[in-house]
Amino acid sequence: MTNEEILNTIIEGVKEGDEDKVFEWTNKAIATGIEPLVVINDGLTKGIQAVGTLFGNGTYFLPDLLLGAKAMDAGIKVIEPLMVDQKRDYVGRVLMGTVEGDLHEIGKNIVIMMLKTAGFEVLDLGVDVPAKKFIEKAREFKPDIIGISALLTTTVGRQKEIIELLEEEGLKGKVKVMIGGAPINQNWANTIGADGYAEDASVAVDVAKRLLA
Amino acid sequence: MLIVGELINASRKAIGEAISIQDAEAVKKVAIDQYEAGANFIDVNAGIFVGKESEYLQWLVTTVQEVVDAPCCLDSPDPAAIQAALSVHKGTAMINSISMEKARYDALIPVIAGTDLKVIALCMSDEGMPETAEQRLKIADRLINGLVQNNMKIDNIYVDPLVQPVATNKTFGIEFLKAVEAISTEFKGVHTMCGLSNISYGLPNRKFINQAFAVMAIAKGLDGLIINPLDKRIMANLITAEMLSGRDDYCSNYLRAYRSEKFEF
Repeated sequence: MTNEEILNTIIEGVKEGDEDKVFEWTNKAIATGIEPLVVINDGLTKGIQAVGTLFGNGTYFLPDLLLGAKAMDAGIKVIEPLMVDQKRDYVGRVLMGTVEGDLHEIGKNIVIMMLKTAGFEVLDLGVDVPAKKFIEKAREFKPDIIGISALLTTTVGRQKEIIELLEEEGLKGKVKVMIGGAPINQNWANTIGADGYAEDASVAVDVAKRLLA
Repeated sequence: MLIVGELINASRKAIGEAISIQDAEAVKKVAIDQYEAGANFIDVNAGIFVGKESEYLQWLVTTVQEVVDAPCCLDSPDPAAIQAALSVHKGTAMINSISMEKARYDALIPVIAGTDLKVIALCMSDEGMPETAEQRLKIADRLINGLVQNNMKIDNIYVDPLVQPVATNKTFGIEFLKAVEAISTEFKGVHTMCGLSNISYGLPNRKFINQAFAVMAIAKGLDGLIINPLDKRIMANLITAEMLSGRDDYCSNYLRAYRSEKFEF
């Protein structure tokens, strides 16, 4: 079997959401002598990108996306211990969280998954995240983009607070801000000075790429 | 079965637009259609208008009640918006909703304490969204006790055990259903109700899933739903499920629906 065939089988495994297949063929790829980084870039990543595309165009549904991500992880777990000095190539870094007082996470998590399928490195702060924590983590993680989710009319004001705090802390301009959530629209993004807004997870990927271009 | 018509919700494009240009006729038509289709309450939601929610929610109540003789279900996380809407509301409104999240709870209790308002008690707390039936029951227990201590009648409490997408976790359907059963059994006289669309989020053929879920929940004791009453299939499913759950004396609701041609679609 050629290296290309092995990598294609890994891609297929991720697309099919088949953890066992991905695990088996990632191990085979390594045993055959394919570079770990190549397995990630030309196998696992391509697989999850295909999953993301299929989800974006309505062929795949949420459980397919979850399965694809799980299958990819099965491969990543094999590879990561082998990559001592090498770093994965990411398109960009995103820090993500839902604002304080708001416990909604499903939309945010789908956006995170879609960003990952598109090659972003994402740090998820979870839900009910105070503004201060966004700033603190932004200093540590040094993201290119901060994504802020809020789902309630009573909590969207927190997005504004976080942007103001970024400004006070001298981080505005150094990091782009994307916002999302049911009550959010472009108008609100303009009002509070957010750099980007997306109405769903597929658009979020496009917006994130545009912000980094 | 208590039916809340869900269509006047700002997150639906046509309604959002109607609200922003203050198109009263468009809103009135949706109110009348839902009322005639059997809605007991008309839900009003202006939840996409940051900063203007109070004003718009109030406008929705006035507009709806100009044409239908039905109470509204005031759908907002913001106590200020609810209070604004209540100030113009005729009859006994339903509040959608209170939860065990401290800020929301503390702000809403003074608005509803001692009143005859109906209230949806959403099983959510500061600890996050419950996933198991047991977690839901714990929150329901605290909510019900809190409401009763604040002089709310048991019969006016509608616990919403919180529907979450089964696409994200296969147990989300069954844990909700178990919670409905447990709440109906353990807290006699308390009602349970919910919306349906969350269950099918992220999956195709959503209506089909919503219908099956509603029927299963009714079998467990659910007696209120926030739905689109213009959907004849869901309405037919509700009527039939109630009959099959032993809550339709002499099958009279079922027969009335049959005779008024509600089953033709």
